Amino acid sequence: MSDATPYIGRAMKRVEDPRLIQGLGTYTDDLRLAGLLHACILRSPHAHARIRRIETSAAKAIPGVVAVFTGADVNDSCGAVPCAAAIPDLKAPRHTVLAGDRVYFVGHAVAVAVATDPYIACDAIDEIEVDYDPLPAVVNAMEALKSGSALTHPDMGANVAFTHVVNGGSDIDAAFRNADRIIKHRLYHQRLTPMPIEPRAVVASYHRGEGTLTLWTSTQIPHLLRTLLPNMLGIPETKLRIVAPEVGGGFGAKLNVYAEEALCAHLAMRLSAPVKWVESRRENAASTIHGRDQIGDYEVAVKNDGRILGLKATSVADLGAYLQLLTPAVPTLTGLVLTGCYKIPAIRFEVVGVYTNKMATDAYRGAGRPEATYLIERLMDVVANELKIDRLDLRLKHFPAPGDFPFATSCGVTYDSGNYQGTLAKAKQLADWDALMADRKAARAAGKLFGVGVSTYVEICAMGPSKAMPAGGWEWGCVRMEISAKVTVITGVTPHGQGQETSFAQIVADRLGVPIEDVAVLKGDTNVAHYGRDTYGSRGTAVGGTAIVMSVDKVIKKAKTLAAHLFETLDDYVVFENGKFKAPGITAREIAWSELAAEAYLAKNLPAGFEPGLEASSFFEPENFTFPFGTHICAVEVDRDTGEVAITKYVAVDDCGNQINPLLVEGQVQGGIAHAIGQALFEQTIYDENGQLLTGEFMDYAIPRATDIPEYTLGSTVTPSPVNPLGVKGVGEAGTIGATPAIANAVIDALTPLGVVHLDLPMTPERIWRAMQTRTVATV
Amino acid sequence: MTIPVRLRVNNAPRQHDIEPRVLLVHYLRDVCGLTGTHVGCETGICGACTVLVDGKAVKSCTVFAVQADGSEITTIEGLAANGVMHPVQQGFWECHGLQCGYCTPGMIMAAVHLLTKQKAPTRGQIASGLRGNLCRCTGYTHIIDAVSYAASHATEAAHV
Repeated sequence: MSDATPYIGRAMKRVEDPRLIQGLGTYTDDLRLAGLLHACILRSPHAHARIRRIETSAAKAIPGVVAVFTGADVNDSCGAVPCAAAIPDLKAPRHTVLAGDRVYFVGHAVAVAVATDPYIACDAIDEIEVDYDPLPAVVNAMEALKSGSALTHPDMGANVAFTHVVNGGSDIDAAFRNADRIIKHRLYHQRLTPMPIEPRAVVASYHRGEGTLTLWTSTQIPHLLRTLLPNMLGIPETKLRIVAPEVGGGFGAKLNVYAEEALCAHLAMRLSAPVKWVESRRENAASTIHGRDQIGDYEVAVKNDGRILGLKATSVADLGAYLQLLTPAVPTLTGLVLTGCYKIPAIRFEVVGVYTNKMATDAYRGAGRPEATYLIERLMDVVANELKIDRLDLRLKHFPAPGDFPFATSCGVTYDSGNYQGTLAKAKQLADWDALMADRKAARAAGKLFGVGVSTYVEICAMGPSKAMPAGGWEWGCVRMEISAKVTVITGVTPHGQGQETSFAQIVADRLGVPIEDVAVLKGDTNVAHYGRDTYGSRGTAVGGTAIVMSVDKVIKKAKTLAAHLFETLDDYVVFENGKFKAPGITAREIAWSELAAEAYLAKNLPAGFEPGLEASSFFEPENFTFPFGTHICAVEVDRDTGEVAITKYVAVDDCGNQINPLLVEGQVQGGIAHAIGQALFEQTIYDENGQLLTGEFMDYAIPRATDIPEYTLGSTVTPSPVNPLGVKGVGEAGTIGATPAIANAVIDALTPLGVVHLDLPMTPERIWRAMQTRTVATV
Repeated sequence: MTIPVRLRVNNAPRQHDIEPRVLLVHYLRDVCGLTGTHVGCETGICGACTVLVDGKAVKSCTVFAVQADGSEITTIEGLAANGVMHPVQQGFWECHGLQCGYCTPGMIMAAVHLLTKQKAPTRGQIASGLRGNLCRCTGYTHIIDAVSYAASHATEAAHV
């Protein structure tokens, strides 16, 4: 090791960065292949319509246009887009790669033009004539449930895709019978657009001689694609190589199998030429998955002393027109953390998934947990207000004690470890809580709308145990001590900004006792990282990192055997420390990796039965999820004239277990909170009453800008997870999950003097201004 | 129809006959092969395509290549001098000012221009100066740290 301090726990700058800050990263759109053709997709301008006729001859006549295909040309030979979620009695429409005789949402792919130049491909789709017969669109999920509603897919006969019910803990009916009071509330979790700055992009290349297809795609899940695309393409996974090069942000939006991925592969095979498709921002807004969109009616059974006896949630999830990879699974995740950090003995959760003529919803940063956290954290404030109990006391009263972990909840999961009192206490201290309350009092006395919001959250990460996951929740990793004593690490997770080329190198360098510069982490190419389940659900380090740790330990064990042979002693007498093998009391000789690795590969002096090489791979199957938690405190001031919200203080104390690289943890928390600021204050995907998408560009869909971000006070506590040897929990989604309710609660608190008791998200200046004018509850 | 265009990109003269409808960003990426400049929206909002045109930050998706005739363009690839990274690049590295890296080249070019106008900007001035560049990963705090770092280290460096 270059010095005695371990790399783990150090705020190290990233090894990924030099290429990215010099413009030398290779994103999918940066690939240049000889003979590359360019695809452009014609999309439906209607939410629901019958296609009478498509005329492509004018498009085909443009010089440079190679082919124009419609659904009739490809849907028989290219399989349907898959959904991996297993929900009993799920009704699912067949999701062809191009529309058949109907379109079901604005942005639905209708035809594709392929040309020698991307500009010409765009010219071609302008020349395709489609004769549409518009049909009634289903836009509102609540309306869609009413009898007599128009149908999203008329051939399915109903708009309901599934009903999922969970009864957990003790008798829910008894809880409600024994309650002094039942507090009811409706909460809407608006539809959001993930908006990674890099839109999706695909390049497909088919080698006719080998029969192999290589697909470069801006995805979080190359391995899942390799598992799922063979069914669409009719070629075996052994002939399929998926590469996720640099990926410009995912946030769940690229955790999917998209029609365009199969379509480009199909075109490359059919045209015997490599094909590229790059999504425009407008396509990204219309045809890449959306997130959230759940409306729920919640009932809390309480005693007058503040004890919460039970919680009932009846939720409607707007799925959009089709099931993407995890569309129906996401709303069911809400049911797993419905009770948040609280001991609530009985729950009932019912979610109805509804088809509408909109883009599919699916996993967006947090996926199901932000919905649960927002509702429980809003409800805690609502209950506290109704019962005139201090909101922090109400929370503390329901926290499990640190000694209660592992803590089995009434939602059916077991929280691995936690100290919720600890994060709350630290956040209060960092926020200078008493002074903050005094500030609020003074501000209110001065006529200002000043509010303080709190959120104490817990989330589910490190997805996950395979029995709870649709496609296996294990992770694979490989570590190879090379003959040069450099170390190659291959991971099955597919980081796209999280920085695991650095944090995994930290882990491996420490364990092997080598300089971090000698460790290279490979990922994202199924011909290199042979197996994996990829990056989502804050699983990369907790699950993927553990597979690496297991592999390192196997390499060290094997190396010890070789060292023992060279020392002419037994394995048990060999000690490995600081990158050196020793046999204390037997010999003063030390063997460094350089010598040992050379022996292992030159293989001239190996123990009997010892395989040459120093490489090991491992599959790690987690026994449980991990459950990071934290407390966020937010202070806001609302402008009385404009309704604009200014965040004047933001304190976040997060506990993600052990931290491999605190700088990267901080980046994840800050980035996560920014998504929450967007959700709480600005962002909403809006379709009009005809199903027309109104938020189709950055002009109309307001993601936070640099000037929207407050100064943070960030802190952390460390409660290691017992479910993996690193003791890590995951932090990719914590900020998004924890911050939205803290900001929402702060805004409502600020408006309390006006008698406003609730506002729906996003709390835009207009919505707040209207509420201030009427001084009544505003709902969607 | 094509139109002759002569300009300088990263100190190298370039001359091409190009279609008048070709955007500057596509010219830089597809004709010059400088793929470090990214396309995020094609509507001039996200700023991923920001380059310097005659020293000023310009969103290269809002300009036709033919409009840049005669100008001096600097892209992210041309920022380091003699193998030494620009202070803004150093700042992004030191302060973890990027995650996925897609907005980063544009963000860096916008920051370079900002620092030519304001040598010692406050955090608020940096945020205002970068309002035209969207980042979905970092939440901006580390980007503002990075630009502050660059401002305080710029005088030590050979360039700027």
